Amino acid sequence: MNMTQDIKHHLTDALLMAYSAGNLPEAFSLIVASHVSMCDECRARLGAFDTIGGNLMESCDSVAMSADSFEATLARIESGPDAASQPCARDARSFVLPAPVRDYVGGDLDAVKWRPVGMGVKQAILPTAADGSARLLYIPAGSAVPDHGHRGTELTLVLQGAFSDQVDHFAAGDVEIADEDLDHTPVAEPGQDCICLAATDAPLRFRSLLPRMAQPFLRI
Amino acid sequence: MYRDANFRDTADSNSRQGVLSARALDDEAHVRHEKQNRRMGSMSNMTQNDADWASVLIRVRDHRDKEAFRALFQHFAPRIKAFLMRSGTDAAMAEECAQDVMASLWQKAHLFDPSRASASTWIFTIARNRRIDAIRKQKRPEPEDLPWGPEHEPDQADTLVLQQETEKLGQAIACLPSKQKELIEKAYFGDLTHSEIAEQTGLPLGTIKSRIRLALDRLRHAMK
Repeated sequence: MNMTQDIKHHLTDALLMAYSAGNLPEAFSLIVASHVSMCDECRARLGAFDTIGGNLMESCDSVAMSADSFEATLARIESGPDAASQPCARDARSFVLPAPVRDYVGGDLDAVKWRPVGMGVKQAILPTAADGSARLLYIPAGSAVPDHGHRGTELTLVLQGAFSDQVDHFAAGDVEIADEDLDHTPVAEPGQDCICLAATDAPLRFRSLLPRMAQPFLRI
Repeated sequence: MYRDANFRDTADSNSRQGVLSARALDDEAHVRHEKQNRRMGSMSNMTQNDADWASVLIRVRDHRDKEAFRALFQHFAPRIKAFLMRSGTDAAMAEECAQDVMASLWQKAHLFDPSRASASTWIFTIARNRRIDAIRKQKRPEPEDLPWGPEHEPDQADTLVLQQETEKLGQAIACLPSKQKELIEKAYFGDLTHSEIAEQTGLPLGTIKSRIRLALDRLRHAMK
């Protein structure tokens, strides 16, 4: 998964810093981890933010550990598995979904359990914590996602194909960061079906009547 | 070169050779430095230099050296505990988690690559993930590892540059005006959401820019 050359829309410093600090909703962490898997530039930026974290931890005033803590830790090690000799196995196959998303799906694209949401668009909600929501979207080439606004922020990462909306053009690896004020209608480019990972820190609300009625059932 | 079966035998007699600062060394001297570290049996004269902690961590990684592990524990466990308590964890839970993080360090040591992260950075990421797991009870999606393969041997020069940049960044943060430093601490000790971070205008992100450029060069170099 190396498409790092063509990515134009990256993560913000605030998202990378909050991810490094461990302070993002799980759904957003999934977007960050997936984009970083595809983007060397953001991987390097994340490395710098992790270094800040390491420095802050290093400069913390020590708090004494309990007297038997070292022995207790050795006991933990002895009761756990020794992973030291495990080679880091690498999967040489090529995937559509980045590794962090495959962890949630339980496989690549063929393992996704799609549900239709109308007009040929399909989605699959991923099991993340309740402080946000994450889902995969399947938008047939040339089709539009129902016009929607959202409370909070919506992050959309393109995994395959491309879409355009009122803001710009987004291709594989690009992230769109849409805040509360943006009502947009993403349209998949002709030629290839578009697959996105979308995450919000609040539920979506749709504009047109039918999707709005369906929303409680679809959980978007 | 780390798989030297005799290194323990020579340990004590060479323990007074001390620790060199890794910063000013050229390649040849760096090899000498490695040899001295391998022979060093006593941790008593260990400085707090991050490059040195990397070499101690490598002894845990390559030799499963319990004395090196003890030295890491004595230095890092109280800081992990402090970091967790500043993030709002009570003392008992912080003690639990700090022990857990150190046990993970032993178990995951084979993943430590000094050309990609300093010891403190790497240990921070383990502690942070433990905090998310234990306190927020959430999963932590992590980026896919780079396809460098199991035979990837870190370049000595890359390692040196990374350790130097880590120290420089630490110095830059230490020298920040207290207001800016407080902002960064608030973000990392768990008080700021990403939108609150985005609203902060005084964040000194410029201090990390040079490190980012170097890290990018290193990534591209390593991918070739």
